[in-house]
Amino acid sequence: MQIDKFTPKSDMMMLLGFAAAVLLMPLWLQPFGAAYPDLMQRFAIFGLFAIGFNILFGQTGYLSFGHAAFIGVGSYTTVWIFKLFTLNILPAMVAGVVMSGIFALIIGFICLRRTGIYFSILTLALAQMSYNLAYSVLTPITMGETGLQVEASDPRAWDAPLAEGAVPRTNLFGIEMTDFGGLAGFYICAAILIVGFYIALRITRSPFGSMLRGLKTNQNRMSYTGLNTRPYALAAFVISGMYAGLAGSLMAAMDPLAGAERMQWTASGEVVLMTILGGVGTLIGPFLGAVAIKYFENIFSAIDGAVLTSALDFLPDFLVSGIVPVLSLFVGKGWHLTLGLIFMLVVIFLPGGIMEGYRRIKARFSKQGEE
Amino acid sequence: MSVLEISGVNKTFGGLRALDDVNLKIEEQTVHAVIGPNGAGKSTLLNAVIGKLIPDNGTISFSGNSMIGLKPHKINQLGISRVFQTPEIFADLTIMENMMIPLLAHRDGEFKLNAWKRSDQDADLQEKAAKYLEYVNMLGKSDTHAGSMSRGDKRRLELAMCLSQEPKLLLLDEPTAGMARADTNNTIDLLKKIKADGMTMVIIEHDMHVVFSLADKVSVMAAGHVIVEGSPDEIKVNPKVREAYLGGAEV
Repeated sequence: MQIDKFTPKSDMMMLLGFAAAVLLMPLWLQPFGAAYPDLMQRFAIFGLFAIGFNILFGQTGYLSFGHAAFIGVGSYTTVWIFKLFTLNILPAMVAGVVMSGIFALIIGFICLRRTGIYFSILTLALAQMSYNLAYSVLTPITMGETGLQVEASDPRAWDAPLAEGAVPRTNLFGIEMTDFGGLAGFYICAAILIVGFYIALRITRSPFGSMLRGLKTNQNRMSYTGLNTRPYALAAFVISGMYAGLAGSLMAAMDPLAGAERMQWTASGEVVLMTILGGVGTLIGPFLGAVAIKYFENIFSAIDGAVLTSALDFLPDFLVSGIVPVLSLFVGKGWHLTLGLIFMLVVIFLPGGIMEGYRRIKARFSKQGEE
Repeated sequence: MSVLEISGVNKTFGGLRALDDVNLKIEEQTVHAVIGPNGAGKSTLLNAVIGKLIPDNGTISFSGNSMIGLKPHKINQLGISRVFQTPEIFADLTIMENMMIPLLAHRDGEFKLNAWKRSDQDADLQEKAAKYLEYVNMLGKSDTHAGSMSRGDKRRLELAMCLSQEPKLLLLDEPTAGMARADTNNTIDLLKKIKADGMTMVIIEHDMHVVFSLADKVSVMAAGHVIVEGSPDEIKVNPKVREAYLGGAEV
């Protein structure tokens, strides 16, 4: 069995293709009804989150169920910089990444004393602890249930004071995130996503990346090869925690508020689903998984009974009244049922996710070409 | 001169004396076989040498340095490589990547955050990897998925990985276990070649054909003891050895 060979040239093509696809989103997402900035920003932010998560889960095989905690740390840090120093997103994001990196170093140091299921449970426990702390003891920092918000009256040390009652808007050296109908915000997210993708690509092809994959495949052989496995796992944990922190920072930069619900375990679980749905261990897969989940969330959660009834208008009335109640369980607030179904189908029939589907189709076509 | 010195090593598991005052000296550039019936303590001894378990007392030293309490990766850094009963390779990776990991470890030490350079552009290491793959006769397959190979090929890859770190001592735990006849003979030939190039080896083995075609010296273990030590020819005719293997029963 041969494995696809990656050369600097093929990687450059992949990077260019990825960048083109991301930058042209406002065009090609139009027919899918997904080309509005708010949703595209979410595609980019969660794509970045999943790409970073994959460095840990996909490369080293350590399954963390607590990465949403780093989203929270990134978000809170960013909003605090907005409140105390400046509404320019650059220092705020740098601070968000640094803080989540430090936080990941501590959490990783504790959790990586164990492997496998015990590691997963430890990350879950620590993340839930952070979530509950954000709601209780840390209320002075997080503002608990209200969430942390940016006010016009905040004492921003580096900015000129805003007029009374003005809406504080985040900016990058004067360009506000909401400029060009929100496209400014999207293109900033897109640029960071592309840079994040490139860094992940370099890590994957580097000696460090080889070590991470060695860790996933055979820790025993790693030790008996003279390698200290724990710092490798910890480095991967911190890097992926920083990606998550950056994603959290971007969320706060696009919409300057931070709430603890971002840190809940369901958010940690979602990034696991994204990675598996797209293809664990592949570079592009996690991004595709993130886009797919956020897209379906958007589509299915917008459908309600009335929409279903009008869509099924062509059927006889007695059928419509029978089908609509059943189908409405799967849409609107119940769209997670649909997600669950899709996820089950993918795991059973395409364990390698969307990327495996792509490979199978490619293999079939190239076989036909030979015949 | 002896490279590895094991003296007075004991290890008990609950009430079982797995190692009972074991003394062993491994001379430089020899192949030393450790044989014995199941449960004699051979694998326990090997695990004590590589740091997988810590003996209750006694000393194990390598070129004069004590190894007791060192972690496996530190012991490897001293120059001891181990080949496992089931080949321990990176089954999900390509053969080339399997070779790169030990070469990188040998060059860069136990940890290095080398996350920006491309490993497939490192001409020096690629060349070294090719050299050792050629040594074990596996050149030209470097993009093959390591997990899909035969047992014998996996063993050869594992040996190439170990040798690429230029160890001073190679420990082998039943290197031909579970192999087809042809693979066994190929492996013996390869081990003979490694021996001829001056490697010091300790082999734990059940298969007498392997022992007698490679070993310079044989130690026989039974019930945690080393009962006899000598050249292969002496061992063949020793009555104590027969008794240990057959349990003294009349056959």
